[in-house]
Amino acid sequence: MTGSQILLESLKREGVEVVFGYPGGQAIHIFDKLYDFPLKLILVRHEQAAAHAADGYARSTGKVGVCLATSGPGATNLTTGIATAFMDSIPMVAITGQVKSFLIGNDAFQEADVTGITRPITKHNFLVKDIKDLAKTVREAFYIASTGRPGPVLIDIPADIQAQDADFVWPEKVEIRSYQPTYFGHPGQIKKAMKTICAAKKPVIYAGGGVILSNASGELRAFAHKINAPVAMTLMGLGAFPADDPLSLGMLGMHGTAYANHAIMTSDLIIAVGARFDDRVTGKLEAFAPHAKIIHIDIDPSSISKNVKVDIPIVGDVKNVLGQLLEEFKKVPDSAAWLENIAELKKKLPLKYISREKISPQYVIESISDITKSEAFITTEVGQHQMWSAQWYKHMHPRHFISSGGLGTMGFGFPAAMGVKVAFPDKVVFDIAGDGSIQMNIQELATCVCNKINVKIAILNNGYLGMVRQWQELFYHKRYSYTCLYNPDFVKVAEAYGAMGIRVTKKEEVRPAIEKAIATDNVVFIDFHVEPEENVYPMVPAGEAIDKMIGGLA
Amino acid sequence: MRHTISVLVENKFGVLARVSGLFSARGYNIASLAVSETLDPEISYMTIVVEAKDENILEQIKKQLNKLIDVISVTDFTKKEHTERELVLVKVNYSARNKARLAALLKKFTAKLIPGKADSAIISAVGEQTQIKQLLEELSKFGIKELVRTGKIALAY
Repeated sequence: MTGSQILLESLKREGVEVVFGYPGGQAIHIFDKLYDFPLKLILVRHEQAAAHAADGYARSTGKVGVCLATSGPGATNLTTGIATAFMDSIPMVAITGQVKSFLIGNDAFQEADVTGITRPITKHNFLVKDIKDLAKTVREAFYIASTGRPGPVLIDIPADIQAQDADFVWPEKVEIRSYQPTYFGHPGQIKKAMKTICAAKKPVIYAGGGVILSNASGELRAFAHKINAPVAMTLMGLGAFPADDPLSLGMLGMHGTAYANHAIMTSDLIIAVGARFDDRVTGKLEAFAPHAKIIHIDIDPSSISKNVKVDIPIVGDVKNVLGQLLEEFKKVPDSAAWLENIAELKKKLPLKYISREKISPQYVIESISDITKSEAFITTEVGQHQMWSAQWYKHMHPRHFISSGGLGTMGFGFPAAMGVKVAFPDKVVFDIAGDGSIQMNIQELATCVCNKINVKIAILNNGYLGMVRQWQELFYHKRYSYTCLYNPDFVKVAEAYGAMGIRVTKKEEVRPAIEKAIATDNVVFIDFHVEPEENVYPMVPAGEAIDKMIGGLA
Repeated sequence: MRHTISVLVENKFGVLARVSGLFSARGYNIASLAVSETLDPEISYMTIVVEAKDENILEQIKKQLNKLIDVISVTDFTKKEHTERELVLVKVNYSARNKARLAALLKKFTAKLIPGKADSAIISAVGEQTQIKQLLEELSKFGIKELVRTGKIALAY
C-alpha cells in the first residue's frame, strides 16, 4: 500500500465516518486515494472551517473529529480551529500534507514548520518521517486525542511518504509508556471528600465541560440529588445538568446568573467537577468563594491548584469519580436551609430583560428554545449573542450546546453547526450568530448548500461588534472605536449561494420566521434586526469579585 | 528560588522544543538545562534548574512537564538526597608571572589546566555550584577572557 492508502485504511479502522477537508499540492496524493475510498469527505471552502466542523462533530458525538489540509497555508488556516479545540479539550485529529521530507527546512513552496507552529496548541503532534511509522502514528494519535483529558493531535505527512509503498501493519494495542492518565480517584481522597460533603451546610456543585467530555451527566444528576446540592455550570458545562431541574443555578461567572454567583460567594463547600477555575468564572481570584472549602475533581492534575488553592483534589475521570463518591455516600448533608435560601434568591434575582420597541435579542433565543422544545443542537459564535444563548436557551441535554469557550473564536459557530448536522442529519441545528461573527466564515454557505447540510443560522444583527461595544459603552466613555459594522444584505448573500434568506424586523415576525426556517428543506439565514444597543446583563466587570454584578436588573 | 529537577524523556525529534516551549509559553524561567542520552538510547535525561518564586509555580512546572506526552518521569531534587555537579571551562591570562599562583589555586579547587599556544590557558573544573562560583571569583583576579558552563547535572541516590 502507499502511505496515503495506509492513512485512509487506518482512519477506517479507527471508525472514522467523515473527514472535513480541503485539497492542495502536498495533499493531492491523499485526495487521489480518497477518490474511490469508502470514506466521506466534506469539502469546505476554507480550512479553518474544516477544523471547526471536525470540532462540532466531535463535541456533538463524543467521537474524534477529523480534518485534513495541505501544507503551508492549508495547515496554518487550520490552526485557529486546532487552538479552539485545544482550549476546550476536544478530541480531534488534524492531518496535514507536508513538503517532501528531503525538502523540509529548505523554505520550499508552501512549506511551514507545522509541528513547530502547532506544538503549543495541540495535545501532541507528529511528523511522520518513516512510512513504517505511519499506521502506528495514526493509532497513537487517535488514542492520545480521545483519552485522558482529550485534545487535538496533528499528524504532518510529507508528500513523498504519502506516495511510498509499505506493508500495512496495524498495531492492535496502543501502549505509550510516558502517557498513563489516571482514571479512578484515590480511595483516600474519595473518603475525605465524602466526609467533608456530609458535614457541609451550604454546598454548591460547580460543573464544567469535563462532565460533558466524560459523559457523566447521569452521574452528576444522581450525585447532586443525593447530596442535595445546587449545580452551577460554566459555559462549557451547560447541558450537563438540565436547566429545568430545581437544583440548577444555570451559568455562573462574568455573565452568569446572580443567584449562581451569590451561591458561590456564600457557600461553605464548592465541589468543582471537570472545571478549571477560569478567570471568566472566578472573577477576582482573592475574593472568590471566601467561605468555602474546595473539592476539585479533574482528570488533568495540572488543572488542580493552578488558579485557586484546592483543599481536596481528586484526580480521575469525572464519571468514575462521581460513581466512587456515590458508592461512598453515607448521609444526606443538612442543606435544607441553604436550598431554601437559594430558592428565594432565584425568585428575587431572576434573569430579566426589558422588552423594547425593536426586537430583543433575548426574545429571539427564547423563541428558538420554545419552538424547538429545547431539543435542538445550538452552536454559537462569540460575543453578546453567545452569552444570551447561554442565558436564554433552556439547556436540557449534554453535547447540545456547542460554543468556543476557552479561545472565544468568532467564526466558530457556523462551521461547527455543519459538523453537528453531518453527524445528526435528522436533528434541528441552529447556529446563533452575530452580524460580525457570521462574516468570519460566511463562505461555508457554499459547503452547506452543495452538501445539503441544512443548518439554520439566526443572525442577531445589531450592526455592532456588540460585546466590544458594550465594554466601550461601560468602560470607555461610549467611544465606539471601530465597532460599528457596515453589513451586506444577509438575505441576498444567502440567496446568492442558493440558501434561503429571511429578514425579520418586527417582534411578531420572530416566531413565524423560526418556524418557517425549521420547516424549510434548505440552509436558512434569518437576519433578525435586533435592538442595536442592548447589553448582556448581569455582568461582572473584569477583575471584580463575582458578586459585584452590574446591570441594574440583577 | 532555584530548584533542580530532572526529566526523563523519550529521545525523539522535537522533544527539547516541547520542553523549552512549555517554559516560554507559560512564563517560567530556566536557569540552566543539560540534556544527554541515557544507557537506553531511546531515553534522554534532562537536568533543569528552574526559577520558581513559590511552591505553587514549582508544582505547576512539574505537572505541566508530566503532561507532555514524551515525558516519562519528573524528579524534583528539592527534598531528595542527590549529588549535583557542573563543569566549567575558563580561558584565563597565562604567563610566567602568574603560573605559580594559578597552580596553587587550581590545586585547592582540584581544577585542571590545559595550556594554550600564546598567553592563555583553559582551566577545567568540576564541582558544586558554590565551588564553581568561588573558583570563578578567584580566577577573575587573573583576568578571565571567556568562559562556558554546562549547567548543573544532578542524580538522586
